[in-house]
Amino acid sequence: MSGDQSPASAGGAEADWSKGTVIVTSLASDSHTWNLVFLQLLIEECGYRVVNLGPCVPDDLLVAQCHALDPDMVVISSVNGHGYQDGMRVIHQLRALAPLAATPIVIGGKLGTDEDGARRVAELTAAGFDAVFEDAHDPVTAFRGFLSAMQPNERLLETADGVRR
Amino acid sequence: MTGQQLTVDQLGRSADFGAFVRRQAAAGRLVVQPRMGFGDPGPMREGLIATKDADATTVGTLTLDSYTRVGELHAVEAALREGISLNGYPVVSHPQETTEAVLDGVSDARFPVQVRHGSATPIDIFWSLVRLRLNATEGGPVSYCLPYGRTPLADGVRNWQACCELYTRLRDVGVEPHLETFGGCMMGQLCPPSQLVAISFLEAMFFAQHGIRSISLSYAQQTDMGQDQEAVGALRRLCAELLPTENWHIVIYAYMGVYPETYRGAHRLLGRAAELAVRTGAHRLIVKTVAESRRIPTIAENVLALEYADRIARRTTELRPDTSQVLGDSPTYAEARTLVDAVLELDDDIGTALLAAFRRGYLDVPYCVHPDNAGRARSYIGPDGRLRWADIGRLPLRGVAEQRSTRRITSADLLKDLFHVRQQYDEEALRIGHDSDPELIRVTPARPA
Repeated sequence: MSGDQSPASAGGAEADWSKGTVIVTSLASDSHTWNLVFLQLLIEECGYRVVNLGPCVPDDLLVAQCHALDPDMVVISSVNGHGYQDGMRVIHQLRALAPLAATPIVIGGKLGTDEDGARRVAELTAAGFDAVFEDAHDPVTAFRGFLSAMQPNERLLETADGVRR
Repeated sequence: MTGQQLTVDQLGRSADFGAFVRRQAAAGRLVVQPRMGFGDPGPMREGLIATKDADATTVGTLTLDSYTRVGELHAVEAALREGISLNGYPVVSHPQETTEAVLDGVSDARFPVQVRHGSATPIDIFWSLVRLRLNATEGGPVSYCLPYGRTPLADGVRNWQACCELYTRLRDVGVEPHLETFGGCMMGQLCPPSQLVAISFLEAMFFAQHGIRSISLSYAQQTDMGQDQEAVGALRRLCAELLPTENWHIVIYAYMGVYPETYRGAHRLLGRAAELAVRTGAHRLIVKTVAESRRIPTIAENVLALEYADRIARRTTELRPDTSQVLGDSPTYAEARTLVDAVLELDDDIGTALLAAFRRGYLDVPYCVHPDNAGRARSYIGPDGRLRWADIGRLPLRGVAEQRSTRRITSADLLKDLFHVRQQYDEEALRIGHDSDPELIRVTPARPA
């Protein structure tokens, strides 16, 4: 699969996208898309342009698109129960990209098949995610809160100050 | 294709799936079928036997696992080696003798078996089916490509053309191959029925153009019984008018979107699907179980669903043949016919026409994020419960579809619509009584056979 296909953009032409660009994506093993469509609409309504990479995104495609688009935020959604493994694998590749060292990167959905959500949240956060939204804990409300708290140009200031996670 | 002689068993096993279903229909029986697949041969055989022995007119299913679906055969090998359970039957990886043993004495002229998979790159799967003389499967160049993966549509079309042509070679050994379109299900929910009908029908035309003569066309239950009846009527009328084979039937899928969580709600929705099938003269129904909203159902849960659907079907009667829904004289037919004509005019080769149609937005599946889908069309559930266009994008439906002002769909609107059916059926169930009491589920006792 090449990374050169233009990603779908579902937003209305009249939308206000002044706050920047957000990548919405699934991970390699996940073929679900309704979660991605919902997130795209939600994030667009908050004033961002969304590039939706769709289902079954291989690591190298995600990394290439992040490199090319230099997004203001990366939102990973996974609902097939393998999000923890896939997320742990991909976060290091994303953080290794210079432009993404301080970019907000979040993950949410049904991330595992057992009940041990607290451990997953702790490990994913320690590995470099800014926030983890587990399915069992009203992820939509929590994510909305995260979005509204995010200052559009915060990371530029952070980068300028040399702040790195 | 080898020229080896078929045994009597194999010939019985390879009876035409379409002819079997049509014979049952002529005898007044709806054929019901599960979606069922297990990685281990033992449970797979058990599941087929339980389906065959169910108190209903059934056909069997081998649903393949998701690694086989995407062609990651090394992952299947690793799972088999390490004893990790798969979510379906890996027909490409199990030795031929293993699958022969699974089917032996189960699959026969009275119990045909269909393979269900979902692959946009299915050539390995088709080779296995040909070797095993498994002569019924499902899919399509559009429906197995757009909703779930990243395979370019042009590759999907090319792959499915090659697979159709390979499958027809079963006729060299006297076996009739059967294909079912999956196009009546695009995205599972929220696609207006007229476009589901158009895509399902165009996939059937594609199969026929590449030599398949025994065909079924799917339609997945949506949000409104009246609109669904129109859709099946439209599909039947299109087949009667344009499909170049007599050997076709319609298969209904019980709701494929977010499923009710209550026992009673889940049954009620399945029951409505069975009613839809019988009323509209569809010949086959693929069921859903009460476990659907939570996990992969057990064999017993599948049998329960098959028998429940059968009982509802037996107490339902077909609509009078002169009603407009049966004749296909409806707004749904008008839209579907317009879409079909617009696509067929693009090229004599239906695969080429489908590619051009998606490029131009003549077909455009709402909310589908595949790069080859235009992504301009939008839909919503109207206050009357019918699926409607919020935006027709570049679909050639101006003046045909009910033209209202374009409606902006918010994330909250989408969420509400995605859960509309679950909420409706669960609320109804909870209003009537305590959900945990299975005794509340009563149906007319089955008539003696």
